Amino acid sequence: MLRISSLAMALWFAVSSAFAATVNNTDATTAAGTNDRNDQPDLRTLEKRVERLEATASAKPAAASSNSFNPDISLILSGLYTNLSQNPANYRISGFPVPSSVDIGPGQRGFSLAESELGIYANIDPYFYGGLNYAMHPDDSASVEEAFIQTTALSNGVTIKAGRFFSGIGYVNAQHAHVWDFVDAPLAYQAFLGTQLGDDGMQIRWLAPTDNFLELGAELGRGRAFPGSNRDKNGSGAGTLFVHAGGDIGISHTWRAGLSTLRTSPQDREFSDINLAGVDVTNAFSGDTRLWLADAVWKYAPKGNATYTNFKLQAEYLRRQENGSLVYDTAGTANSAAYDAKQSGWYLQSVYQFMRYWRVGARTEQLDHGRVDYAANNANLPRTNFNPSKNSVMVDYNPSEFSRIRLQFAQDKSRQAITDNQVSLQYQMSLGAHGAHQF
Amino acid sequence: MKTFFKILTLLAIAGFTPQATALDVFTCEPEWGSLAQELGGDRVSIYVATSAMQDPHQIQAKPSLLARARRADLVVCTGAELEIGWLPIVLRQSGNNKIQPGKPGYFEAASLVQKLEVPTRLDRAEGDVHAGGNPHIQTDPHNIAQVANALAQRLAQIDGANASFYQARYRDFAARWDAAMQRWEKQAAPLRGTAIVVQHKGFPYLEHWLGLREVASLEPKPGVEPTSAHLTEVLEQLKREPAKMILRAAYNDGRGSEWLGERAKLPVVVLPFTVGGSDKAKDLFGLFDDTVQRLLDARS
Repeated sequence: MLRISSLAMALWFAVSSAFAATVNNTDATTAAGTNDRNDQPDLRTLEKRVERLEATASAKPAAASSNSFNPDISLILSGLYTNLSQNPANYRISGFPVPSSVDIGPGQRGFSLAESELGIYANIDPYFYGGLNYAMHPDDSASVEEAFIQTTALSNGVTIKAGRFFSGIGYVNAQHAHVWDFVDAPLAYQAFLGTQLGDDGMQIRWLAPTDNFLELGAELGRGRAFPGSNRDKNGSGAGTLFVHAGGDIGISHTWRAGLSTLRTSPQDREFSDINLAGVDVTNAFSGDTRLWLADAVWKYAPKGNATYTNFKLQAEYLRRQENGSLVYDTAGTANSAAYDAKQSGWYLQSVYQFMRYWRVGARTEQLDHGRVDYAANNANLPRTNFNPSKNSVMVDYNPSEFSRIRLQFAQDKSRQAITDNQVSLQYQMSLGAHGAHQF
Repeated sequence: MKTFFKILTLLAIAGFTPQATALDVFTCEPEWGSLAQELGGDRVSIYVATSAMQDPHQIQAKPSLLARARRADLVVCTGAELEIGWLPIVLRQSGNNKIQPGKPGYFEAASLVQKLEVPTRLDRAEGDVHAGGNPHIQTDPHNIAQVANALAQRLAQIDGANASFYQARYRDFAARWDAAMQRWEKQAAPLRGTAIVVQHKGFPYLEHWLGLREVASLEPKPGVEPTSAHLTEVLEQLKREPAKMILRAAYNDGRGSEWLGERAKLPVVVLPFTVGGSDKAKDLFGLFDDTVQRLLDARS
């Protein structure tokens, strides 16, 4: 009883205050002479207006509680069944060693939880937007994938972001795992970025005031993760620059292309490799790493309507240049010598939605061993002529925009002279706040 | 090499040159583009983000939308979560504080009209339901009239120098619109009480306006593609509760409605749904002329 009467009171307040507001408005406009003068609004219009006000009043909560400012919460649930013809414990990309802390490769055999994420996002105030993306890993560990704030009140196309976030370099780098078109990230991203570059730092983006999309961006970061080495120093440990352009061709075609570069100076970045004698050794690299990325995406949807059928073609090329010094076998001889390497990799993939809810995709990719010079350590470390490669095909079923079930088959030749046939069955679902359709 | 760079520079200039003159209005759907054009005349430059052939629920934040939002002085959208899948990103990444929600440069049409089908229970198991009610408000011309009034005021607020121009154009539009509404209502009078089947629950405002009676929908749940099992159910239901026609929007896939139309011996009416959805729906007047005409044609 009490509840009903207080509700009624609240409604009455809302209606009367809203009504007062319109009356004031009407007064103001009448005074300005833009409305019909002298005529008192007749009863029917008044009734209509009250009806409308009641509708708007009841649509909004009359009294806001602290609870009503809850941010958008979304939970990504993902699970995987994997069948591998090779032992994943031996997984490596021959010629492209990464630190042991970097998680690459196809993961575990059998059933496993895939990366499940909790995201909490909201406008902070009229000036900032912010959020957290917390990733829960199959081994019961969890990590902060993204936690950033971003400006919304700047003008002239400028947006500044700070915190931990996925870098704007390349195309797939800024995408969360659940929007990838395949179960795993491209080999080139695994080899050169340890799957994805997410650093602690700042980003500034500028959008040009043009009909076509043209965006320039720069980031300064800590160099927290591979290819950086989380150095303990003032100033920044990594920096990026990127430019993206894009637009439409007719109503059915959309494109985006970009160029990006990353520079970082790792210190004692340790990684394990196999020496010429076939023994596992740990080496450490100190020097400069420079990565260049070129990306291009083209999407087609008949008359712009992607609901039933659409097609996407996407490619990226990554090129890494490292020079400095390399300490061979840090636990043993610790022989330091100059190191100079130029390596590259690319992938090309396409995804075709042939009917509503169903998509098929294919990806082909290769890494180029390039030119590696260990100087005096050429006597200890192998320089292979092997180019790792991989081919994948997938089919996915998307019962709604919140759920996806995917079957993927891949033939992985990352390891020299070894072919790994990988079958993955995966689900990815999201609940909570409505996900956005990023390009 | 030098000439190559010259050509490249020229191309870049041609492709990326800003065209600044009138008030830049970014509209999310064609109906608001058409309305803003009626009210703004040559003082506004209109960009329409989506077309009648696109499913408005399934739009991506593509690069061209970002570029246009960055320069906009005013964003005119439906709201009521219709654009929830793409507009928030576009606004956030636009680097344009004029068009952020809460600013005068952000205009939501659905907040001005009384919404129908406001769900009492919010659960994604019910399909694509919108918490604020059905967002397809543009199928009732009375809603357009209400939005027009508010939009004219908003244009005047943002572009004070042309305030009287917008008010004058509004008065002119409102008079023509009132006359047109009377005409449509008179023409459509025989449609009152007509039983209809809809593909997507996209027409509650049209039904409310013309007194149509929706007896079934081809989508088992909003946003879910018609299944053969559900279509068979609808066919059975139509034997008990006959209808006169099946309505679908121009962007809907036609197979489900045609399958049912053939078996239930019902005409399928493809409504433009918004401006640009048919050859005759070139503007808002054409949209309703054509909508009413197509309904009448199907009934006779």
